[in-house]
Amino acid sequence: MSGRQPVDNRTDYLNDGYGIKSWLLTKDHKRIALLYLASITLFFALGGLFAVFIRLELVTPAGDLMGSDSYNKMFTMHGVMMIFFFLIPSIPAVLGNFLIPLMIGARDLAFPRINLLSWYIYTIGGLFALYAMAAGGVDTGWTFYTPYSSTYSNTHVIATAVGIFILGFSSILTGLNFIVTIHKMRAPGLTWFRMPLFVWAHYATSVIQILGTPVVAIAIVLVGLERLFHIGIFDPKLGGDPVLFQHLFWFYSHPAVYIMILPSMGVISELVTCFSRKKIFGYGFIAMSSLAIAVLGFLVWGHHMFVSSQSVYAGMIFSVLSYMVAIPSAIKVFNWTATLYKGSIVYQTPMLYAFGFIGLFTIGGLTGLFLANLGVDVHLHDTYFVVAHFHYIMVGGAIMGYLGGIHYWWPKISGRLYPEGWARFSALILFVGFNLTFFPQFLLGYMGMPRRYHAYPEEFQVLNVMSSAGASILAAGYVIPLIYLIWSMRYGKLAPANPWGATGLEWQVPSPPPTHNFAEAPEVTEEPYVYSHEEAQVV
Amino acid sequence: MVSHPEPKRIYFAVFGALMVLTLATVLVARYELGVLNAVVALTIAVIKATLVVLFFMHLRHSSQLTKFAVASGFLWLVILISITLSDYISRAWLPLPQAW
Amino acid sequence: MSDYTIAAIEHPAELQHQFEDIGQQLDASTLGMWVFLLTEIMFFGGLFCAYAVYRSAYPEAFAEGSRHLHMVLGGVNTVVLIVSSLTMALAVRAAQLGKRIATTNYLVATLGLGLVFLVIKFFEYRHKFIEHHVPGPNFIFDGPHAQQTQMFFSFYFAMTGMHALHMVVGAGLLVYFIIKAYKGRYNARYYGPVEVMGLYWHFVDIVWIFLFPLLYLIGYHHGLAP
Repeated sequence: MSGRQPVDNRTDYLNDGYGIKSWLLTKDHKRIALLYLASITLFFALGGLFAVFIRLELVTPAGDLMGSDSYNKMFTMHGVMMIFFFLIPSIPAVLGNFLIPLMIGARDLAFPRINLLSWYIYTIGGLFALYAMAAGGVDTGWTFYTPYSSTYSNTHVIATAVGIFILGFSSILTGLNFIVTIHKMRAPGLTWFRMPLFVWAHYATSVIQILGTPVVAIAIVLVGLERLFHIGIFDPKLGGDPVLFQHLFWFYSHPAVYIMILPSMGVISELVTCFSRKKIFGYGFIAMSSLAIAVLGFLVWGHHMFVSSQSVYAGMIFSVLSYMVAIPSAIKVFNWTATLYKGSIVYQTPMLYAFGFIGLFTIGGLTGLFLANLGVDVHLHDTYFVVAHFHYIMVGGAIMGYLGGIHYWWPKISGRLYPEGWARFSALILFVGFNLTFFPQFLLGYMGMPRRYHAYPEEFQVLNVMSSAGASILAAGYVIPLIYLIWSMRYGKLAPANPWGATGLEWQVPSPPPTHNFAEAPEVTEEPYVYSHEEAQVV
Repeated sequence: MVSHPEPKRIYFAVFGALMVLTLATVLVARYELGVLNAVVALTIAVIKATLVVLFFMHLRHSSQLTKFAVASGFLWLVILISITLSDYISRAWLPLPQAW
Repeated sequence: MSDYTIAAIEHPAELQHQFEDIGQQLDASTLGMWVFLLTEIMFFGGLFCAYAVYRSAYPEAFAEGSRHLHMVLGGVNTVVLIVSSLTMALAVRAAQLGKRIATTNYLVATLGLGLVFLVIKFFEYRHKFIEHHVPGPNFIFDGPHAQQTQMFFSFYFAMTGMHALHMVVGAGLLVYFIIKAYKGRYNARYYGPVEVMGLYWHFVDIVWIFLFPLLYLIGYHHGLAP
């Protein structure tokens, strides 16, 4: 039902206390989510700026815009900021923080002060990264491979490493909070299999954060100790093995990619069911596949190390396991598609992002199978094929899911509706720009263009120009939502409690919600996603 | 979660066992047992850790969830160490590539 | 019963607003600490993994380095920590029984033993510094595998250093708990924080239970260094 809420003096979390102290000392998970939203948007912009420099350099085959040392810094800072300071926190820290207590009928997370601490820790880590950037950057690649990072690099490795180390704590505390909240604070009647799939996805993500992040933390500490004291742990001349760093690094960093994609998959599950007006197909399979991805994702890290002098036998086992980890993801795609089948599909903006996700994630995932094949990977490793693969997943997948979620829950978060016309337009621009940027990179990689090079042979120029042109369109697709979302906070139409006619406890509270979410604990008596085939109730 | 406080004698009994095991680990270390030295030392350490976890940390009175979580933690450590070591151990199984 | 008493029983001051009752709060807090300890297992685990790789690569060098550690001091420290775990467990028990003075005394004993550990560690480190066994530019070792023995000492300092850092944090937390316990904050209804502190302390003890044989006892069968 469309309708404007009458403007009244009802208190919601946004106007419950004014002033900077009420925000910086808040314990409200919803305000903390917005603090995170501001921070990660800033780092996304910075990471994007470095991408602009990369794509500008690659317009011409010669290394003429900048020297190779500077180029190394560009792709390193792009990767560090996008992965650690944008993608890893993004959906959990913004949407997860905001929605999980609402979705399970709780007043807040289990540990609200630790939640706020988590944001401060993120900010401190970010400041270290910003300092490193301002002081001249780091050029090791976001992967910090030894012995370059531990012995030979002359850039600000330690400052960046400290920033990432600190950020790891933020990630761990968020995961810890979610795990305890989901176990201990569900409303009466909300059994595990009545929970929204968004919550399942974040639970699986949190398990990965808990078990994986500490290992990269210690890997970073060891690089720091090596740089400071030359202890020899990664230096072959002193008896060390550089590949040990890769084991410790990838033990986390492979599961980290699942930290980045699982929450997005959780968003897609919510979007697909709501905008097909149909109960999701295979709820149990989707829930279990999230856990399967979390577990199996820890057993495949060696597929990043096929050509590193890792034992061939270990490589073969990692290859087989990497094929297996694709299965739960495929199960999800099948179930989403089956949900669409015979649904009453509504092409609202969040659904456009969901469609984009399903198509682009599938392409990204399938190309991962090529890379999982040990023999093929020997040829594709460190080429643009890998770059295209992970950008299809991270940008075509994770970021599309993030934007779809932001649009879907924007009325709940801000109490306003965004302008639908502009939103659909920018979703389409994003899709076009994305494919123009990254599809040519599959071809470039197949043809042999190496990654992390600032110059390349003449014959690769056409595809590189296409890619850079696409990047400019992609950038527009990101800037436009930034503008209209901020605009809508002041000038957007007031949103009703449930603009999409969706199921879920978060839609039972006003938009925006009051500080303590629920007047009394709701009781859950039915299965999730009970939709009928009527039209979505859209304003 | 503990509902009733443990009787003191349980704690003292566990303490006694930990002392005995500490002594044992030192004594066994005096003998040359080859690879068994490490095995025995780790086994004794695992037993001591299990006693601390079950009794001092009250795991035996805790929920199934907590027990499962702790078991998973140790399992994950085993996964990290064993798979990493499997790389190093199996590197020598294949000869170095020769010229074609 | 007065309205105030009923209110205090139903909404005790220690109950945080997000929880329904004190039982849920205790459950959530202990689960939270266990989950944090899982991250600690993986954090130290990374160090143990690196240690395993290099010990299997350089067994003699590790044994040689190990012989130059003070096994007796390491053994004493092991006993000290185990006793401190006993006193910590007794402190939690006393808190559950609402025994203010006993809780405080056991916590003080735990802190004292922890400080003894750190003092012994300090002397060990000082001795290593004097003997030039600290890895880095001043490292001197005359033995067959000097470079790899330096690797052993790197692990010694990294692992015991990380452990000592956790002990220092634990000691700081204990000071806070001693003050609160002395003021009578903990009782049968509200002892969760002491339980949670205990979990952390016992974990730090468990790490040392592994460190002692893995660092101090490797080469013991060949006798101790002079």
